Amino acid sequence: MTRDRRLLFIFGLLAIFALLPLVASALDQEFYIGQVRRVLIFAIAAVSLDLILGYAGMVSLGHAAFFGIGAYVVAILHWHADREVLLFGLVPGTTSSFVTIPLAILVAAALAAVIGAICLRTAGIYFIMSTLAFAQMLYFLFVSLRFNDNDRAYGGDDGLRFPGQTHVLGVIDTDNTLAFYYLVLAVLMLVLFFGHRLTRARFGLALEGIRDNERRMRAIGFSTPRYKLVAFVLSGAIAGLAGALLAFHEGYVSPSLMHWTRSGDLIVMVVLGGMGSLFGPVAGAAMFLLLEKFLPDYTEHWMLVFGPILVLVVLFAKRGLIGLVDRRTDETRGRH
Amino acid sequence: MSVLLLLEQTLNGLQLGVTLFLIAAGMTLVLGIMNLVNLAHGSLYMLGAFFAASFTQWTGSFALGVVFALAATALVGLVVEQVVMRRLYARDHLDQVLATFGLILFFNELTKIVWGPIALFVDVPAVLSGRVELVPGAPYPVYRLVVLAAGLCVAISLWWLITRTRLGMLIRAGASNREMVGALGVDIDRLYMLVFALGAALAGFAGALAGPLYVVEIGMGDAILIKTFVVIVIGGIGSIRGAFVAALIVGMVDTFGRVVPQAIGLPAAVAEMAIYIVMAGVLFFRPTGLFAARG
Repeated sequence: MTRDRRLLFIFGLLAIFALLPLVASALDQEFYIGQVRRVLIFAIAAVSLDLILGYAGMVSLGHAAFFGIGAYVVAILHWHADREVLLFGLVPGTTSSFVTIPLAILVAAALAAVIGAICLRTAGIYFIMSTLAFAQMLYFLFVSLRFNDNDRAYGGDDGLRFPGQTHVLGVIDTDNTLAFYYLVLAVLMLVLFFGHRLTRARFGLALEGIRDNERRMRAIGFSTPRYKLVAFVLSGAIAGLAGALLAFHEGYVSPSLMHWTRSGDLIVMVVLGGMGSLFGPVAGAAMFLLLEKFLPDYTEHWMLVFGPILVLVVLFAKRGLIGLVDRRTDETRGRH
Repeated sequence: MSVLLLLEQTLNGLQLGVTLFLIAAGMTLVLGIMNLVNLAHGSLYMLGAFFAASFTQWTGSFALGVVFALAATALVGLVVEQVVMRRLYARDHLDQVLATFGLILFFNELTKIVWGPIALFVDVPAVLSGRVELVPGAPYPVYRLVVLAAGLCVAISLWWLITRTRLGMLIRAGASNREMVGALGVDIDRLYMLVFALGAALAGFAGALAGPLYVVEIGMGDAILIKTFVVIVIGGIGSIRGAFVAALIVGMVDTFGRVVPQAIGLPAAVAEMAIYIVMAGVLFFRPTGLFAARG
């Protein structure tokens, strides 16, 4: 019964995402297609965070760094292609998404490998604080990339706008609201499918074991640091992919993408939706971004309401939105 | 770099260091004893600065303003502890991060409503507004020296409190094994409340002193929060001594990080990154910081 409700929730939400653009264009409300596309992109980032936060119990407060770097890789390559300036004096820029998107994923993964290798030497509070600090370091790096060198001014804290008219995968024009929307939706579905398989594979089960009792997992012969690092890198790579899509979506990137409050927002999305459920964060991202968009219409001081709501959710509704439809007993869920 | 510039930057670095220490001291105690990650600690620093700005205006005296600000921030700390933090002690770190993240949003917005969105500028009190020549030819602002001295005084008082009083003994015991302290019959609830209020008062004091040096604005606490984290990661959780040493290191590295790279032709981006590079180094070799209270 609960499984049915859960599936109903998942397919219901997916049906809404699939049909929404058609309804919106029929009603001449194409503005909403862009809004929801943004929701879907953040949902990808939230799902990637859920992989390490919900399944492996790693509280990373620096996830926005990978999201932001993915966006910047795309923007910087476009910038170099536009100006015909060589990147690092060696390689030309490009606007081909066959290059930019994989490169965004690779760079985010590499960054996650470096940050993860250092931060995973620690645990608990140290892990939270050091991931936060490294993300903030990157934020400041991009803020100060200003008048470094005239040829390489990527806009500093003003951000970097790259020329429009871009094609993703050679055929899909990002100015075509509808086609790009469905591309993003397809990527989200792929990421969800990948996450679904991953978390039910031996690797995912090992991660859950590490979350619940790392010492025991080590004792039965798992090299837990390696598992955690691989999960961290995978998660960073997917966040980089989401960042790349966001760069195409906005045609603009800025360091504020990497600011630590963005990392906080991502955690909020995951927990609001229900962590360790993959689909929960999608709902969480939708709820968070819609509140962020529409609450200010009612009161300028919406944060005054939203802050305490967060506190209340933490204290009383820890299972999030997915917990409302999926009342599995606490015993079967372990910790929560 | 001339010797005079070196001296001036050293003093600036020390002064930033003691300010960071005031904030980090309270935070590291709360972390060490209550095992609580409080992201909203920076908000208390911000509130201290705003309180001091208002109270100074009302009373006409900067000293009174600082004292009232300290008391008011401690009071806010008490209320926050009673209403929210108390329920978070037994929760995992993720819950604490989320709930205190919510508190930051709340305090930033509340401050905006009470004091308005525009940044405040606080004048250095007239008595302390001059400059003094410590060595001939190098005038240095008196106020910065006063902040440095006040910070050092608090550091010494804290050292006395922690190492020489019964309360300090309980705090140290709590930082190394809080279950045991509770089992020995100490009123843990009251100890937690006191430590939290003490931390809040220290953060408020730092904010009040920082008012005339920096701009008093919404979100000023968020920026200093990250530096405080760096201090605690380097110093080791729960260790006041670690917080002091690490705060001075971070203060110095941050100050000289802005001067040295330019002098030797490194890109400006290095300046903002310097303290994080130091932190990465410390984490790599000593993952629990230089002076971890717990083994």
